[in-house]
Amino acid sequence: MLEAQDLACLKGDRLLFRDLAFRLQAGEMLRIAGPNGVGKTSLLRLVTGLALPEAGEVRWRGHCIRREREAFHGELLYLGHAPALNDLLSPLENLRFACAAGGDHVAEDDCVQALVRIGLENQLDLPARVLSQGQRRRVGLARLFLSARRPLWVLDEPFTALDVHAVADLAATLSAHCADGGCVMMTTHQDAPFARPPAVLDVGAFAC
Amino acid sequence: MLSTFLAVLRRDLLLAWRGRADVLVTLAFFVIVVCLFPFGVGAEPNQLRAIAPGVLWVAALLACLLSLHRLFAQDYADGTLEQLLLSREPAAVWVMAKVLAFWLSTGLPVIAVAPAMALLLDLEQGGLSVLVLSLTLGTPILTLLGAVGAALTLGLRGGGMLLALLVLPLFVPVLIFGAGAVEAEVSGSGALAHLLLLGGGLAGAVALAPWACAAALRISTE
Amino acid sequence: MTTSERSRSVLRFASPQYFYPLAGKLAPWFAALAVVLTLAGLWLGFFVAPTDATQGEVYRVIFIHVPAAWMSMFIYLVMAFWSAVGLVMNTRLSFVMSQALAPTGAIFCFLALWTGALWGKPTWGAYWVWDARLTSQLLLLFLYFGFIALTRAIEDPRRADRAGAIIALVGAVNVPIIYFSVNWWNTLHQGASVSLTKAPSMAATMLAGMLVMAIAAWMYTIAVVLWRVRPMILERERHTEWVGTVLEKELQAVAANKGGRA
Repeated sequence: MLEAQDLACLKGDRLLFRDLAFRLQAGEMLRIAGPNGVGKTSLLRLVTGLALPEAGEVRWRGHCIRREREAFHGELLYLGHAPALNDLLSPLENLRFACAAGGDHVAEDDCVQALVRIGLENQLDLPARVLSQGQRRRVGLARLFLSARRPLWVLDEPFTALDVHAVADLAATLSAHCADGGCVMMTTHQDAPFARPPAVLDVGAFAC
Repeated sequence: MLSTFLAVLRRDLLLAWRGRADVLVTLAFFVIVVCLFPFGVGAEPNQLRAIAPGVLWVAALLACLLSLHRLFAQDYADGTLEQLLLSREPAAVWVMAKVLAFWLSTGLPVIAVAPAMALLLDLEQGGLSVLVLSLTLGTPILTLLGAVGAALTLGLRGGGMLLALLVLPLFVPVLIFGAGAVEAEVSGSGALAHLLLLGGGLAGAVALAPWACAAALRISTE
Repeated sequence: MTTSERSRSVLRFASPQYFYPLAGKLAPWFAALAVVLTLAGLWLGFFVAPTDATQGEVYRVIFIHVPAAWMSMFIYLVMAFWSAVGLVMNTRLSFVMSQALAPTGAIFCFLALWTGALWGKPTWGAYWVWDARLTSQLLLLFLYFGFIALTRAIEDPRRADRAGAIIALVGAVNVPIIYFSVNWWNTLHQGASVSLTKAPSMAATMLAGMLVMAIAAWMYTIAVVLWRVRPMILERERHTEWVGTVLEKELQAVAANKGGRA
């Protein structure tokens, strides 16, 4: 479904990697590996279309994502390094806005359920600034429960700041998404109990 | 499309309400700048009356400029901007919503107190309605143009000053027609032509600025 | 470096690589033309053109003032053109061109303002009057400053290129509006005395002098931009192989020069 060819990434005036290629089929999970600073986050941003590759192109269902931007973004869920939380809004308000801004029509009850399921039932109406790092991360992850219709999940360090229990839960959710025919692409330094071990793409092998 | 627009509008208005101290600062800035002029040029009523349209317009313009850097800064810092750029809707839609919310929370309060400040400078009663009308047509143009500058200077050191340098020359036509409208009305020659030009400018800005702003945001977040 | 990368980078950077030596060859010719035309234009303006009936000798400043003002406006349009080309075609050389043009445009703008002020003192009795054309010129100078400041403030060259292109285009859309509004605001200035549609109200030699000076300004601009583009290309392409070769050659040339003199 998702494939990349000859990708090269320029950051500032440094070429991070080049000739990078991969292919991701429905139901597959891909872990992006490599040491810090090798360009893992940059690769994810190229794949989402937030950044432009120096060379090469990314294709979704056979179409270049730059030409079919709106269709692609309708099928993509990207959770970046920053959790996209506004401190003045509650987790519930943040989550509802995130869904609505992305173009999903989600009922308030579903948002509440997603937050309860991820373990934030007591923080629903607190302003986000009083949440801990792990809790902030969870608010973002709650979107996963509401985005089953989006086949491609691109996640930047989703396991950071989560406790053991939450890591297992998240791994199960990601495995289930793949079992339903979705694909997941993520960076992580952590081992998580996935149903099937994910394929690994080492960005370091393409470094310049 | 409409639902995205409304979601962004509602959220930004809610944020403006929760952070209303910022709005009050903008308003206080406007009031203080207007009050400085009599100290600078003397409190002779005829002189104040003569400079009133220009002073009110320049103060409104500066108040608008003062808060512009906040337009995208928070969303840029916390990652919301990335999520918005990944929305399936065209970026111009939510840019327009953000600009509208911003204008409602900074431009509208300034317009609301402008007549009171005009009385302070002894502007003729007949000019008040034209002042409000010209500000209502003109300040959205300032916000739209300013949004492009704010998007281009996102996350830069010294971005505030740079933003001023970028957008102030572009503000000049708005200032000319806005203050000119009030002056023309007070001097009896009629403000219609000025107001029509402002209206045309607003239509042009609404049509073009959101696209330029969206392109600028993509460039700045890349 | 591998061969595959070499061939790819040759393809990708084809235009800068070939443009760099071309610019180096052409620039001196344009510079020479600029010098010759400037001398000819000044000679026409200062020795051939008749004294103006109403303004006396002081009017001769127009031989610098008017071409500088024309050039400053025209350069902004050229900048906007290259910016649009860069955004649409994603060609980096276009962005380099528009950034190389900006300082020259600002200098012409400043020159036009300066000579305008010198002309204004004897004519209007003040160095600065808020005349429509001078004021537009001043705003144009601010637009140039904004462009230069923005492109210098952004460290990432790609973002700087594209952000500068956007502000150049926004400015270009606004230049006619600014010009119109400032004219509306104040129509004190004498009517436009050089236009292609109506018969010129000035002596033919005056017009000729001004046109020669305008062409000289063109040649100067082209020469300076070509010279300015060269180091900018080198800086941006410094990771590529051809830049290494070029620099090596130039170092050898310098060493050979020194050796020869010793």
